[in-house]
Amino acid sequence: MKRGFHGMVARLKVTLWSLIVPPTVWAVHFLFSYLWAAIHCAKVGGFPRLPILYAVGTVAALAIILAAGIVAHLQSRVPGDPAPHEESTDSDRIRFLAFSTVLLAALSFVGVVFTAAPVLFLTDCR
Amino acid sequence: MRRIRSSVGAAALLSLGACNRHQSALSVFGEEAATVRHLTIVMLIGAVIIAAGVAGLMIAAVRAPEGRLTLSGGMRMVGWLGGVLPVVVLLALLLYSLPSMRPLPVGANDLRIAVQGEQFWWRVRYQPPGSPPLLTANEIRIPVGRTVQFDLTAGDVIHSFWIPGLAGKMDMIPGRTNRLVVRATKVGVFRGVCTEFCGLSHALMAFDVVAMEPAAFDAWLANERRPAAPAAGTAPGAQAFAANGCAGCHAIAGTPAAGLIGPDLTHIGSRASLGAGTTRMTREALVRFIKDAPSVKPGARMPAYPQLSREDAQAIAAYLESLK
Ligand code: HEC
Ligand SMILES: [Cu+2]
Repeated sequence: MKRGFHGMVARLKVTLWSLIVPPTVWAVHFLFSYLWAAIHCAKVGGFPRLPILYAVGTVAALAIILAAGIVAHLQSRVPGDPAPHEESTDSDRIRFLAFSTVLLAALSFVGVVFTAAPVLFLTDCR
Repeated sequence: MRRIRSSVGAAALLSLGACNRHQSALSVFGEEAATVRHLTIVMLIGAVIIAAGVAGLMIAAVRAPEGRLTLSGGMRMVGWLGGVLPVVVLLALLLYSLPSMRPLPVGANDLRIAVQGEQFWWRVRYQPPGSPPLLTANEIRIPVGRTVQFDLTAGDVIHSFWIPGLAGKMDMIPGRTNRLVVRATKVGVFRGVCTEFCGLSHALMAFDVVAMEPAAFDAWLANERRPAAPAAGTAPGAQAFAANGCAGCHAIAGTPAAGLIGPDLTHIGSRASLGAGTTRMTREALVRFIKDAPSVKPGARMPAYPQLSREDAQAIAAYLESLK
């Protein structure tokens, strides 16, 4: 068994479950954004000047998405296996899942950044 | 040739929209509307450039000899131009446009105007800091250069408040007060409209907006506090107004008329339009409105007066016209 980071990545096989991690994190972050703003405006009584909790939540979301993307990226490369990759073999299936996960992670990353950007500019609950 | 002519015609027709000086988001007289127009122009130019780029690329792709791009080269191009570039452009646009979402700051010493949407007119209450409120209807005056806060609500169904040259739209919701802060930059007469379908005469629910120099505004507000009626109280029209029960729904300050169901008529003679922007304020239009408001505005909450003689209607109209 391989050791170190690459060994760990090789053991973490991508599956359909890991494929939906990035979009799920994006969705949870989206919900979190609404709840956070609503609770601040309705219960705390104003838009926070220093949104620390929000920054922590956003960085955590981005980190999870990034990690899922990196793991999937490493798994999508199988050295010494030339194209095409369209057989119903284990290796081609994993390559497909891994590459889909990479693309979803990229999309989700951008989605979270776009969702969070307004907080930098809003100053007011109106 | 014919097709060219008709598309030139269509383009000319479209550009006619720019001729509208008093109800247009392009004919700007407020800070927020200026920001929105600026953003619109920037985005329009950007969209034209991108569309031209895409069209050029398509022509190049159709003309290019086969095998000009390798598979991986093509994929790389799709990745950069179809993935990375849009993300960067959209992010830049987002960051560029977000500051315009910041509402104008407003203080306790700024003028507040409460506007309540009604089917199919506007109840307006000026609340200058430190003086008692003042009730009017169907016309809004604001001082240029001063911050004004609108407190928007509705009395029956949902309406929406939009003065295109001044600021964005804001919904008026029964039981809720939405705040809209504006600052006018230019003197003039403009127009606002209801932009949420609210019933039969929704399209006839508008109002005049008069942006005035601050000193002129203060003078107008002071004059507006004085009842317009004193001498007119004995006019034959005043008696007909009282005899026909108009006072049950309409208020005229300085007279016994104190109804709150319909628009305040204290200074109706000084308004430029009648029936919430429906027609110009003329004697003839007033007579028609008084005799049969629902024929002028379908569904209007004011009854028709078929039994009212033309003379009485004329007299009431003359009386209302004199309320300056
Ligand atoms: C049942 C209540 C009611 C009665 C009675 C009534 N009105 Fe009205 N009136 C209204 C309402 C509601 C409106 C607003 C209609 C609209 O614009 O949709 C209105 C609008 C008007 C307007 C236009 C106001 C403006 O700002 O342009 C005039 C003028 C007017 N009424 C005069 C009269 C006169 C004169 C009488 C008596 C003959 C009368 N009204 C009786 C409810 C009433
Ligand atoms: Cu309306």
